[in-house]
Amino acid sequence: MNVEVDQSRCVAAGHCLASVPEVFDQRDDDGVVVLLDETPPEQQHERVREAAVRCPSAAIAVRARDSSS
Amino acid sequence: MTEPRALPIAARAEDRPFDPAAELYELQREEGLPRVTVPSPILGDFEAVMITRYEDARSVLRDDRLRMGFVFDPEAPRTMLNQPGNLLNYNGDEHSRLRRMLTGAFSVKRVRALRPMIEEIVSARLDALSEAGPGADLVRVFSTPIPTMVICELLGVPYADRADFQHRAQVGLDVNTTREVQIRNLAEMDEYMAGLVADHRKQPGDNVLGGVVRDFGHELTDDELVGIGNMLLIAGHETTASMLSASTALLLQHPDQLAVVRDEPSKIDDAVEELLRYCAPATIMPRQAAAPMSVRGQRIEEGERVVVSILAANRDPDATEHDLDALDVSRQPRPHVTFGHGVHQCLGQQLARMELRVALPALFDRFPTLKPAVPWEEIDYRTTALVFGVRELPVTW
Ligand code: HEM
Ligand code: SF4
Repeated sequence: MNVEVDQSRCVAAGHCLASVPEVFDQRDDDGVVVLLDETPPEQQHERVREAAVRCPSAAIAVRARDSSS
Repeated sequence: MTEPRALPIAARAEDRPFDPAAELYELQREEGLPRVTVPSPILGDFEAVMITRYEDARSVLRDDRLRMGFVFDPEAPRTMLNQPGNLLNYNGDEHSRLRRMLTGAFSVKRVRALRPMIEEIVSARLDALSEAGPGADLVRVFSTPIPTMVICELLGVPYADRADFQHRAQVGLDVNTTREVQIRNLAEMDEYMAGLVADHRKQPGDNVLGGVVRDFGHELTDDELVGIGNMLLIAGHETTASMLSASTALLLQHPDQLAVVRDEPSKIDDAVEELLRYCAPATIMPRQAAAPMSVRGQRIEEGERVVVSILAANRDPDATEHDLDALDVSRQPRPHVTFGHGVHQCLGQQLARMELRVALPALFDRFPTLKPAVPWEEIDYRTTALVFGVRELPVTW
């Protein structure tokens, strides 16, 4: 899986970090999302997908990784 | 077209204060987007599109054509709802500019660092409850002071001023007062907040308001800073107090679930999420369409008012196969819009969660035999207020 975040959309509600701290963090000064891992391991996929769905500003995009890439 | 039905703004079931009114469930089942007449003490009666489904709520709240129901109007008298600096009065870029100045202070990490302060406040309120003795009103001695004290810490309100501060906060939320009383009270709050802001301007305190003054003071007017201070109080005070009281009342009626909250620290986060979904203290969110838009292919016209029912959306049976009318603190948390959705989603939600996670287990741990001091039928829930809650909760142990 490939994860992308759009920092300009993020409203810094902190859900993603609360649910998958391995993958998401928040910037210290304004709480905006920081992506720690673009290609998280299998066991985090479900929580990452859930975080993407719950993000209040649709700032997280998840794509299935091309098997070739 | 049929005449819109009248619907009280809070719309909870008559004898089951935690449940949506039957009308809301009826609206939820309808395929069409219903229009209802909403009686409002602030706006007078108005007609609005009523959003009751979970997916509809998420979809409209993410749509930037939908604007806040109230926008700051410098010409109109200042009221709780009409003041500069209040995020709930802004849209678009103006909103994100202001919000970005505040989000850093409410991040997961920063809130985690506030935990010891919250524990201290909770522990002092438990002592106060113990001193007050059986028969004490939990709302007055425990639920209300905790969030107020937390906000006093965020704003840097000195101890000596806190009793007055709390009194003004309470008057500000009392819907039974006249407009004149409200305007006078807000003037007093503004005056006090202006003093605090002036102090922070001289020497920024080591707290949220002080931090905003230090980092963004040059971009903000004193008026805006006062509004920010007032907003933090208004948005964070009664909602959290209501959650504490309502959750306690609810758990006392579900002793097995209370035991989970009290005895299983690993489950407290999920339990709080379920309580938030179930109680939905902020019952509705008012909006207005700035341009024509659509939900599930149905039009909302430009200028139409839209009311999102948090209460109904949190119980939407289509959102899941689970029974959402049942309280189950042990379940995998079900999604909810208790903190709203989209760009205005609650700024203080991590803080509110932390207050609940600390306060509820501590209360039941300290008073394992806690129970209401009056029969349940006599407990008066604020079912018609904008913020749901319990008016009084006399307890004994
Ligand atoms: C359980 C307690 C709480 C509940 C249920 C709650 C609920 C909400 C809801 C539903 C909104 C969105 C309103 C809308 O979109 O129309 C909101 C916004 C807001 N809340 Fe909370 N809140 C709680 C606690 C707090 C606390 C503790 C604070 C801060 C000290 C706070 C500060 C704010 C602010 C500043 C906004 C406006 C955000 C914006 O417009 O960008 N809230 N809250
Ligand atoms: S959940 Fe979305 S809005 Fe919240 S911090 Fe993460 S990316 Fe930002």
